[in-house]
Amino acid sequence: MSAITRDEVAHLARLSRLALGEEELDHLAAQLDVIISAVARVQEVAAEDIPPTSHALPLTNVFRPDEVRPSLSPEQALAGAPAAEEQRFRVPRILGEEA
Amino acid sequence: MSSELTRRTAAELAELIASGQVSAVEVTQAHLDRIAAVDGQVKAFLHVDAETALAQARAVDERRAAGERLGPLAGVPVAHKDVFTTADMPTTAGSKILEGWRPPYDATVTARLREAGLVIIGKTNLDEFAMGSSTENSAFGPSHNPWDLSRVPGGSSGGSSAAVAAYEAPLATGTDTGGSIRQPAAVTGIVGAKPTYGGSSRYGLIAFASSLDTPGPFGRTVLDAALLHEAFSGHDPLDSTSIDRPVPPVVEAARRADVAGLRVGVVKELGGEGYQPGVQARFNEAVELLESLGAKVAEVSCPHFTYALPAYYLIAPSECSSNLARFDAMRYGLRVGDDGVRSAEEVMALTRAQGFGAEVKRRIMLGTYALSSGYYDAYYGKAQQVRTLIIRDFEAAFEQVDVLVSPTTPTTAFPIGDRVDDPMAMYLADLATIPSNLAGNAAISVPCGLADEDGLPVGLQVMAPPLADDRVYRVAAAVEKALQDRWGGPLLAKAPELVEVDR
Repeated sequence: MSAITRDEVAHLARLSRLALGEEELDHLAAQLDVIISAVARVQEVAAEDIPPTSHALPLTNVFRPDEVRPSLSPEQALAGAPAAEEQRFRVPRILGEEA
Repeated sequence: MSSELTRRTAAELAELIASGQVSAVEVTQAHLDRIAAVDGQVKAFLHVDAETALAQARAVDERRAAGERLGPLAGVPVAHKDVFTTADMPTTAGSKILEGWRPPYDATVTARLREAGLVIIGKTNLDEFAMGSSTENSAFGPSHNPWDLSRVPGGSSGGSSAAVAAYEAPLATGTDTGGSIRQPAAVTGIVGAKPTYGGSSRYGLIAFASSLDTPGPFGRTVLDAALLHEAFSGHDPLDSTSIDRPVPPVVEAARRADVAGLRVGVVKELGGEGYQPGVQARFNEAVELLESLGAKVAEVSCPHFTYALPAYYLIAPSECSSNLARFDAMRYGLRVGDDGVRSAEEVMALTRAQGFGAEVKRRIMLGTYALSSGYYDAYYGKAQQVRTLIIRDFEAAFEQVDVLVSPTTPTTAFPIGDRVDDPMAMYLADLATIPSNLAGNAAISVPCGLADEDGLPVGLQVMAPPLADDRVYRVAAAVEKALQDRWGGPLLAKAPELVEVDR
């Protein structure tokens, strides 16, 4: 039995915002199946009462004084933009046709 | 003189420059010449800008002439992994999605290299977004191992390891998320260290897995790596996970180079089956060597280390799927299919499909899977619990011993192309290095000989508790000193000479 179906992989691609072709999906589905079966080994570990670790070292939230500091100019911030207009990032339409 | 300069260590070059015997410009020019002569074969660099590098060197010479007191590495060239932002050079992370991007700011590591007067000679190749163990996942083609050009130089920081091993730079920066400094150092016969997590700043480091990513140094000697470590590490208010403590005395430790009375633990789970015989043999000899130098050696068991690899390949992809969501084709980088008809979401999906390579897509999807509702507890949640158990294994081990040792990698450098379409085989390269990333402790790889079956370099890994970085340098330096006495020089002297092309 496979760990993940091709339909699930297609769904993952949509969630991941990756417009993948049929062939690429086939290829990835087979590889992800192997990888997921391998990493599922973590489920063998008896860890009932073990707390999860998200960071290796203890972290406390760090605050800084709310002071104005030098930052990027609009020109610098927009310098790498694929498209810009009137000191703003120009983006494709964000709403559907019928909206 | 020029070609001789490229054979010098960073410490020697710094001294030659400080005493006025050579200028920083001469040292930089010698390395630029070497790059021009061999990088066509090694392909360590994605970007070399001779003019900018020479201008940096000239500035150091002028500051020195003006009587300014400069840092211990002033004027020494460094190859910089192309995952750190640099305001004066393109930054690609090895990805098409960032091809040609000029960041508007310097990473903290970049800024500190500049402050220390180091000359950034170029940006080095890497697996795309630092995901891989061979540089074969770079969108711009693989780098080659100077020991055998048909083999990989390790990864993800393989451009950096190749540059240092090919004498194109005496020093290089890297980042280590699952072994991306130690593994390439091991397979190219040089030194590479992963500082304690939080010991070096992630600000301006293009993020892969934020709870694991750690900038660190490469050098041909332990002392050189320590000098670079000191130059760019330490607290950074711009990184909220940065540790506000002094940098451990790594340079002093590298100079001390003594292990008498030190308790050394051999990790039972990192060796034996799955490890190449020649790798295991050199490792066993290194352990005997440590004993002969006065260390007390004991075997130590870390039972959960066998689950480190699967836990890592859930945690790292999960963090990557979240981090790489920023590549949305809106603010910087590639944009594909913006024809005035398609929606932002369609443009985003088309751009990401074209801009990311196969491994990055695999990891984004794997992480998206592990974090999705219904699977979160069984995969990501479970992996986080395993992470706790691995930290506890380390803590128990460090109650018995001062440092832990293992082979850095299960095998020597593998042929280019061998593992490209077999992700699980590729992932095994990081078997022994991953535990220290999950636990955030300090670790180093130092050359310990050549494997009998292929004549390729083998690395010894030394691991110490968090913030005890000095200990790994102390042990590595002691091993280096004893082995160089035995070999009559550095291991790298045994590497075949690359053919220099006319320029």
